[in-house]
Amino acid sequence: MAIARFWRENESRYNMQGKKCGVCQKVYFPARDMCPKCRRDSMGMMKKIQLTGKGEVISYSIIHDGLPEFHMQIPYTIAIIELEEGVRITGQIVDCKPDCVDIGSKVESVFRKLGEEGKSGVIHYGYKFKLI
Amino acid sequence: MSVGIVSYGGYVPYYRIEAGSIGAVWGVDGTARGKGLGIIRKSVPSPDEDVITISVEAARKAMKCCKVDPEKIGAMYVGSESHPYAVKPTGTIVAEAIRAAPNLTVADMEFACKAGTAGIQACMGLVSSGMIEYGMAIGADTSQGAPGDALEYSASAGGAAFLIGKKDLVAEINHTLSFTTDTPDFWRREGQMYPRHGGRFTGTPAYFKHINSCAKMLFDKMGTKSEDYDHAIFHQPNGKFPLRVGGAMGFSKEQLEHGLLTPIIGNTYSGAVPLALTNVLDHAKPGDKIFVVSYGSGAGADGFDITVTDNIKKHRKKKWQPLSELMDNFELLDYATYAKFRGKINMGGVT
Ligand SMILES: [Zn+2]
Repeated sequence: MAIARFWRENESRYNMQGKKCGVCQKVYFPARDMCPKCRRDSMGMMKKIQLTGKGEVISYSIIHDGLPEFHMQIPYTIAIIELEEGVRITGQIVDCKPDCVDIGSKVESVFRKLGEEGKSGVIHYGYKFKLI
Repeated sequence: MSVGIVSYGGYVPYYRIEAGSIGAVWGVDGTARGKGLGIIRKSVPSPDEDVITISVEAARKAMKCCKVDPEKIGAMYVGSESHPYAVKPTGTIVAEAIRAAPNLTVADMEFACKAGTAGIQACMGLVSSGMIEYGMAIGADTSQGAPGDALEYSASAGGAAFLIGKKDLVAEINHTLSFTTDTPDFWRREGQMYPRHGGRFTGTPAYFKHINSCAKMLFDKMGTKSEDYDHAIFHQPNGKFPLRVGGAMGFSKEQLEHGLLTPIIGNTYSGAVPLALTNVLDHAKPGDKIFVVSYGSGAGADGFDITVTDNIKKHRKKKWQPLSELMDNFELLDYATYAKFRGKINMGGVT
């Protein structure tokens, strides 16, 4: 199943660890081993960077008919968030009514269950966001 | 040689349900029943929260408020009776999520409502012996009461983490001791969803006997009396028991105030005394003395004599978020939504 794939990504899902290009200083999340802009110059210059998990909502959408793993939480909000480091990522906003989220809302990451492979399967964890 | 709390953090989920909303479904006056138990509302975990996520939030809060490198944590013990996995320790995921892995020992603990304080004791031993520099002890639960059962008014969710060490202590643990017997007051068999309790058997021979015996041992050992302490914390399965057990020892309402959270968040089981201790530390002044006795069914009690240090002021810097902020910011649920969130609705196998 997907156990191995999820497991390999635990470091970025659990701890929001990205990589920063030592040449142009651009931050990548998920982490990349090479900067697409600086290409060969960035080889060996990509440094691990711990993202703060803080950012701002750029765009959002309220989901009324979501994936089966989220059906307990309908309606819920999925947002594109620009983190302080300039990276844009997608994440669920939890612990608020959907109408509380706005463009420009400040958020920070929280640690939540992302899903599970049935009642007897492995549980996946990672980041979501809450309003601050 | 001193050992104690280097940093701490508590976490309570965002959702709540009031006693009145629970009673309404079962045809009883829930508000009156809540009053009898000393519980106004209790916390409810979101469907994407469990003991692992609660433990991670509490542990991260503790690590944010100190300068300790997480890789220096040599042991992690998570105490709970609602670990998400029966086999695979909660602590493995928590350790990874605070970057304490891989050079540490991890084990999950279980002793009903006192598994968290048992973890503090284990960490104290390892730190005192010099085997490890820092240990992290967490008490957290997402406990359930069977629908309509008295426990449904109290069983809630939350947890707290303590970084135990020798240097830069915010609170020194002067002494700890325990009192343990074989008492079948409350239990849950493997594979059962809800715990069972021995009705009236849960009070006098269980909670009161163990807490009183442990407290007496601690007073005798330290040569102290109730008036020597600024704060007292007792396990709180409801809002009444701690006032009764503490009152009989001579503790005033003021001494018990900051350590009594059950009326507004419910009984967080393994999280109860740990969360109460974080709230007391949030309010304490340097030099304050704290008397703590936890209780776990089965049964046992752990006592702690604690002195707050000057470092508590440093702890309350930029990244510190008092527990009261999480306790005061909540959204109320109706019973139907609560039942859905807690998996009490039979989905006919479609999960
Ligand atoms: Zn670059």
